[in-house]
Amino acid sequence: MNILSIKDLHATVDGKEILKGINLEMGAGEVHAIMGPNGSGKSTLSYVLSGRDGYEVSKGEVLYKGENLMEMLPEERAQAGVFLAFQYPVEIPGVPTVTFLKQAMNSVRKARGEKELDAFEFKKIMDARLKELSIVNDMVRRALNTGFSGGEKKRMEVLQMAMLEPSLAILDETDSGLDIDALKTVADGVNALRAEDRSMLVITHYQRLLDYIVPDHVHVLSAGRIILSGDKSLALELEEKGYADIVAAAA
Amino acid sequence: MAAVLETIETVGEATDKYKHGFVTEIEMDRAPKGLSEDTVRFISAKKNEPEWLLEWRLEAYRHWLTMTEPMWARVGYPPIDYQDSYYYAAPKSDADRPKSLDEVDPALLDTYAKLGIPLKEQEVLAGVRNVAIDAVFDSVSVATTFKDRLEKDGIIFCAISEAIQDHPELVRKYMGSVVPTSDNFYAALNSAVFTDGSFCYIPKGVRCPMELSTYFRINAAETGQFERTLIVADEGSYVSYLEGCTAPQRDENQLHAAVVELIAMDDAEIKYSTVQNWYPGDEDGKGGIYNFVTKRGLCEKRAKISWTQVETGSAITWKYPSCILKGDDSVGEFYSVAITNNRQQADTGTKMLHIGKNTRSRIIAKGISAGKSQSTYRGQVRMNAMAHGAKNYTQCDSLLIGDECGAHTVPYIESKNRSARVEHEATTSKVSDDQLFYCRQRGIPEEEALTLIVNGFCREVLQELPMEFAVEAQKLVGISLEGSVG
Amino acid sequence: MNAMTDAGLLRDYETHAATLPGAGSGWLDGLRKGGAHRFEGLGLPTRRVEEWKYTDLRTLASDPFGHAHEPDADVSVPDMDLGAEPYRAVFVNGHFHAGLSDLTGLPDGLVALPLAQAMQNSKAFLESYLGRVATLGRRHFVALNTAWLADGFALYVPDGMTIERPIELVFIGATGDTRAAWHPRNLFVLHPGAQATIVERHIGQTGTYLSNTVAEIVLATGARLNHFKLQDEAADAFHIATTQIHASADAVYENFSLMTGSSVARNQIAIELQAPGSSCMLNGAYLGRGKQQLDTTTLIDHAAPDCKSSEVYKGALDERSKGVFQGRIVVRKDAQRTNGHQSNKALLLSDKAEIDAKPELEIYADDVVCSHGATVGELDEHALFYLRARGIPLEEARGLLIDAFVDGAIDEISNAAIREAFRSHAKAWQGGNS
Repeated sequence: MNILSIKDLHATVDGKEILKGINLEMGAGEVHAIMGPNGSGKSTLSYVLSGRDGYEVSKGEVLYKGENLMEMLPEERAQAGVFLAFQYPVEIPGVPTVTFLKQAMNSVRKARGEKELDAFEFKKIMDARLKELSIVNDMVRRALNTGFSGGEKKRMEVLQMAMLEPSLAILDETDSGLDIDALKTVADGVNALRAEDRSMLVITHYQRLLDYIVPDHVHVLSAGRIILSGDKSLALELEEKGYADIVAAAA
Repeated sequence: MAAVLETIETVGEATDKYKHGFVTEIEMDRAPKGLSEDTVRFISAKKNEPEWLLEWRLEAYRHWLTMTEPMWARVGYPPIDYQDSYYYAAPKSDADRPKSLDEVDPALLDTYAKLGIPLKEQEVLAGVRNVAIDAVFDSVSVATTFKDRLEKDGIIFCAISEAIQDHPELVRKYMGSVVPTSDNFYAALNSAVFTDGSFCYIPKGVRCPMELSTYFRINAAETGQFERTLIVADEGSYVSYLEGCTAPQRDENQLHAAVVELIAMDDAEIKYSTVQNWYPGDEDGKGGIYNFVTKRGLCEKRAKISWTQVETGSAITWKYPSCILKGDDSVGEFYSVAITNNRQQADTGTKMLHIGKNTRSRIIAKGISAGKSQSTYRGQVRMNAMAHGAKNYTQCDSLLIGDECGAHTVPYIESKNRSARVEHEATTSKVSDDQLFYCRQRGIPEEEALTLIVNGFCREVLQELPMEFAVEAQKLVGISLEGSVG
Repeated sequence: MNAMTDAGLLRDYETHAATLPGAGSGWLDGLRKGGAHRFEGLGLPTRRVEEWKYTDLRTLASDPFGHAHEPDADVSVPDMDLGAEPYRAVFVNGHFHAGLSDLTGLPDGLVALPLAQAMQNSKAFLESYLGRVATLGRRHFVALNTAWLADGFALYVPDGMTIERPIELVFIGATGDTRAAWHPRNLFVLHPGAQATIVERHIGQTGTYLSNTVAEIVLATGARLNHFKLQDEAADAFHIATTQIHASADAVYENFSLMTGSSVARNQIAIELQAPGSSCMLNGAYLGRGKQQLDTTTLIDHAAPDCKSSEVYKGALDERSKGVFQGRIVVRKDAQRTNGHQSNKALLLSDKAEIDAKPELEIYADDVVCSHGATVGELDEHALFYLRARGIPLEEARGLLIDAFVDGAIDEISNAAIREAFRSHAKAWQGGNS
């Protein structure tokens, strides 16, 4: 059974249809890249999958591990292992990152029937992950994402992914706003989290991220539909020819 | 770090309803219903008070008769019949007041245990931090812990009725010196009929070695609670004082009109923290405490008074802890979180009166309204003509949860001094959908996510509380907001 | 007691009312009588009335006022460059002065004439609007104005019409030794899509007089009114102005008020944003010296969703003057997605000057972004020192900094020529010339 199975997915935002029939199958451990120009529906797809208010599914279905994902609350999806790395991580003033992480982690553990972690168990796990990702302790003591640089915010997303151990990670334009050094650091973090039981859906506008996070499959999204699929070489081709040519050729 | 983690855990547990809503069955000794000179005389006699105090009370009572209830606050309630309340209710055992905790009525101790007051857990507490407690039950002080330890430093911490007997010179000198009997309607009423409260004196140069704490609880039906607190910090001394309040669930409204006076002499510092969790009434606004409180502190030279309050309870809150910054270089602070839900109404804030040179004040007020409640920040900052170089900074933020509540900000800024500087900022907004979604995407259920975000919003204030209170306050945030989402 | 005397402001009312223009017409008599009755009940407000907490009217109430007459001496209107040549209506001691006015060249189809004339020519128009926006409520001075309703300016702009040139309304006070009061009433009605620019100038030459103006403004869907006001009354005058606006969907109201004159002045503006998409910008500056009391009181009522409001006020107070700013923003229950921002900054330039500010937010809808900020202080010492270190003498340095401060508000004026005219008036205030 596939991790994610999207069939003829249509979705609207403010009454306007953005996704117009998406079909996508993802197997366990696979990394799929979704590429597309601005306005093609990339971010809408990530919000539909994660259950954000205002993104209405008008047709089609999404099965996650065989279950209807669309019927679940946002937190239930997260608890079931769907993780969204936000394009623009949200600042929450006054909430210490460590407080947030522990509450998230225990919410997920509780939902999965695992024992909630006490302060010391939690700290042990967090410290280990921080070390693996070379993140300084100072960052988790600050208020969540508040005043973080673009690079820090994206690394915080990776840290959360490492701690919540999702089965499906959706990376929404993780490369946006990062310089090349920050991009490498974040990509290294993501690569370290690649695993046989973890699939990744990497959404990006530019090919350069895929130099560092190498996908198994590449799909081109245009005007709410996947118009072309291929292996990693498709990304290079896109980079060379540009979206306009590819879209025109596929049409 | 560990402390922060502890806090998270307790926030997570915050799920039960108003958990202090139980009634303790204890035999009561009451004054007849209603208010008259006889009631005042009865209370004074019951307390075996000196003549001067009886006169002081009667003068307050006579003045009260000439006053009218203030109507300017943004709170609405049916007229209060002041003749339909009991003004004195003491546990019967007051006659032979307990000498130690061991002698305290076990039912009372039980009550406090339910309240989470660690009266019997001194050893445990001592390991973390010493807290001396005076517990006031329906206006009568029942137990003061750690008295001996405090006496070693010359600190007096006892029921005010006891102080009237044992330290009349101090009480007579300071009581009414900051809040005169004629100050306002409720203060006059309190002066006439107060039955007990706490008294505290810190001698010159002494740093009080532990938190001093009073827990107030209204238990008896149809009883008003009128406690009076007086804290005198002599030159160069320091004290941190905590006040907690609870009341049982009852259908009828109960009146609470307290007066708190603080005197900080030269170079002294008083930190006064309150977690107010009186019964707020039910979802439909039935029952709940009417909380009309006058709190004011006087700062002499270089003295500092810091008020921190977390107001989650009461049906009506009318409360403006204030600082008179009389001495040059004195400092006043006000940190406030006010949460209203269901049909609660709160009109609260502060007054900072800058009289001396280079006086400074800081106001951080966070208001959260949910349900059908109304919450108002009302504050006054006044720079008098001689307040050269004085400074004030005020930040008021309001958060609205749901579209049936209201949040209001009413500051009064008055300056008569060119070199004084006042900065005031206020914002009102709702909890951000982005923030809620982000938390939920990490697996945190909606109501918990809301509590988390609101606690973040209040953090600047909550971190001013002593640790034990900060934990309790964070829990209360969660409890108070129950049922406000979804 | 919440009311003082009425300072003879209704003396011999019955007799005088019978001589007012349009007297004998049922609805007008009724309107006036309602105002008189209300003022009789209210009297002049004391500081115990919350809305009048900070402005003391005792000097106004001290002696009775008589009725205004035509001035004996000649009056003239000082020039003010408003860019385009304005249409001008001049009122002297409350009465229209045809000789100083020039309303020629107005487009066809609109009503633009003195109120007393409109009472003859445009009765239906007045009857539909007058007294509908400026309701009496607890408004002491609106009641008084209504009692004496006689002259002022009536403007009606039909659908889609834009009046390109500004309309200049000049109110001149010149009473010599008489203590007199008048009560101009302005009515501006803009139909859908109409646009106009109005410049009000209240200038005084001599005398202790009370000018109690009321403006009623109705903006229909998509209409826009740019309303600029200069208040430079005589030094002993009392200036009380009430401007009330109803704004429909997508209507825009811009107001700038510059106050430098009179002994006691209160400029009160109340706008109701009644339908989605309407917006207002209320801005102004108050510059006081001597024993002046300058009061700005605004109320923005967000009664519908998706409306916007912004306010920027600045005050500079010298000598023994006193500034008052009361700014209230109300967001009603269903007024979701409201955006409301307000800022009031005041400079105290002397040891005896005083400022009282009461910015207020009253919010009953949750999806809002509202804020207010208020600061009070003196000139920045560091900036002052910096300028002096560059060789600029103290007084000039102070002048530069005060100008820069006041400019922060004046810059909000959308019309470039009027902006510069107001700027130079504010600059002249510094030299003591205004």
